[in-house]
Amino acid sequence: MSSAFPPGAVLTLGAFLLLFAGQRWRMALMLILPLVSLALVASLPDGQSVPIIMFDYELVLVSSDALGRLFAIIFSLMAFAGGLFAIRQDNRLELISALAYAGGAVGVALAGDLISLFLWWEVMAVASSLVLLSVGGDRAIRVAMRYFVVHMLGGTLLFGGILAHLAAGGSLAITQLDAGTLGGGLILAGVLINAAAPPLSGWLADAYPEGSFSGTVFLSAFTTKAAVYVLIRVFPGTEILIAIGLFMIFYGIVYALLENDMRRILAYSIVNQVGFMVTGVGIGTELALNGAAAHAFAHIIYKGLLLMSAGAVLYMTGKRKCTDLGGLFQSMPVTTVCGIVGALAISSVPWTSGFVSKSMISEAAAYGAMGWTWFLLMAASAGVFLHAGIKFPWFVFFQKDSGLRPPDPPWNMQAAMIFFAVLCIGIGVFPNALYNLLPYPVEYVPYTAAHVINMLQLLLFSGLAFFLLLPLMRRTLTITLDFDWSYRRLAPRVVETLARGLTTGGAGLGGRARSLGASVGNRMQKHFGPGGIVTRSTEAASMVLLVVLTLTIYLAISLLG
Amino acid sequence: MNQQKPLHWLVRPRTIRGLWIGFGIVLFALVLADLFIKRYNWFGIDSTMGFYSWYGLLTCVAMVLLAKGLGLFLKRKDDYYDE
Repeated sequence: MSSAFPPGAVLTLGAFLLLFAGQRWRMALMLILPLVSLALVASLPDGQSVPIIMFDYELVLVSSDALGRLFAIIFSLMAFAGGLFAIRQDNRLELISALAYAGGAVGVALAGDLISLFLWWEVMAVASSLVLLSVGGDRAIRVAMRYFVVHMLGGTLLFGGILAHLAAGGSLAITQLDAGTLGGGLILAGVLINAAAPPLSGWLADAYPEGSFSGTVFLSAFTTKAAVYVLIRVFPGTEILIAIGLFMIFYGIVYALLENDMRRILAYSIVNQVGFMVTGVGIGTELALNGAAAHAFAHIIYKGLLLMSAGAVLYMTGKRKCTDLGGLFQSMPVTTVCGIVGALAISSVPWTSGFVSKSMISEAAAYGAMGWTWFLLMAASAGVFLHAGIKFPWFVFFQKDSGLRPPDPPWNMQAAMIFFAVLCIGIGVFPNALYNLLPYPVEYVPYTAAHVINMLQLLLFSGLAFFLLLPLMRRTLTITLDFDWSYRRLAPRVVETLARGLTTGGAGLGGRARSLGASVGNRMQKHFGPGGIVTRSTEAASMVLLVVLTLTIYLAISLLG
Repeated sequence: MNQQKPLHWLVRPRTIRGLWIGFGIVLFALVLADLFIKRYNWFGIDSTMGFYSWYGLLTCVAMVLLAKGLGLFLKRKDDYYDE
């Protein structure tokens, strides 16, 4: 029987200490809180805390097993490295939100019932929106609002699913559910929105690259991987996830290939990597689930590292477009080397973390005799090298000489990058350190001569393709339309046209009809047009604050109860 | 750009030529290595000589062309959403 104090609360509630801390203490707290959370998680025995009764429901605030601990450990570790990277971030709101956000992810990983899970889920949604909002300015407000609405939709589906599941006689326990039932289906849909699954994948590349140099590092880690955790726990072997995962993989590659903004390249590549994990969950064997969990662990580290190196470049140059960058290896050797290590790890080059984790998923497809899936996963592995492994470091640190000669970033940012780079290689060389943390016993042996040669052939020939096709890869000042176009352009246009039609259409009719039409039209323009309630941005901040407050109170009650 | 300063050694034409030659040798050696290793045969074709080489190369070319093709329809100026 473990303690009923959720380690996630150390981060989420502890974050508010930053409000009162001076600069020195703030720096210390950014490092100490994640370490306390890490220590608490690592010391959790298997088992559940004593249930507390609230509204007739038994809430299990802490439930711990290998799978939950694996995710809680990597979330805490990420908060630590992110905190180290962000020490010089003066924006207090960002730091508080980032820590609270990390706590939400740890909370999800250790929640013992669906209601606690949902509450932590919403902590993450609110806190991550605040990370985006903290950047400040009109653009940030609009980005945060779009992001918030998508995640509220996901949360609503999740909560609706939980209610439907309960109404159908289900329990609050977090166990495997059938996606074919109403409750299971809604929960799956809500979780998939957070995983950046289609059709709403676009929210990720729309929002994450708009964080600050350090904010994006935090954003990359938690939401999508917490969703992967829930998928592993609740929907293992759900076949449709294979198709969804494969779609995400190729969507990520194609959009990243077309992208010019260095952090948007990496954002699309998050969808790509989460696609591998979702595919693994869909395959659903012990090997595949181990692979999905291990890949999430490895991914958080190398993706954090890649976004740190991009954040360092942004911090030192203020530039984010590949067309403005290049040649930085000459003056930023540490950032370049760390960025390349992250790029090698995401490409699963032998002796990096990606090699020992991703290969479990493709091996599981081979064992299951899933020919199509296996051939697509292999093509995708080559494609990862293409869009992230080479493209990112090449266009940021090499290609043409931009003439920029910024030095490496301050020591703390270098230290965070080196820490993660060492982990990328460490896990690759000593895979058992990771394998021992996985939910199922591991018999898989990553290092065979055939496997190493296969991977090197696949990757280096994909590298050959990159350099042969370099003229086709030339960066242009463009973005690529995604599904978010439908709510950023199409919907406003439809509303505007309707409003105009009603206003002018009303003019042709007699008195009552005219005033009715005009008033509906005006009202629509008032609410949906620029500065309207629905689109007004100032509302976002106060609304978010209100939700945070409600959730905090709710959490406090549940802890005391 | 930097007429006075010599180019960084890594980007001199000599180095780049050397890198291409080295890269070519490594690629050739990797394909040759297939003669000496035994593979488990999953799907027939995957254990043939050089499979991972041509498969990696061709699928990458296909993905770049696919991206280019989609780009024709979906690319916009990067200030498209700002007004």
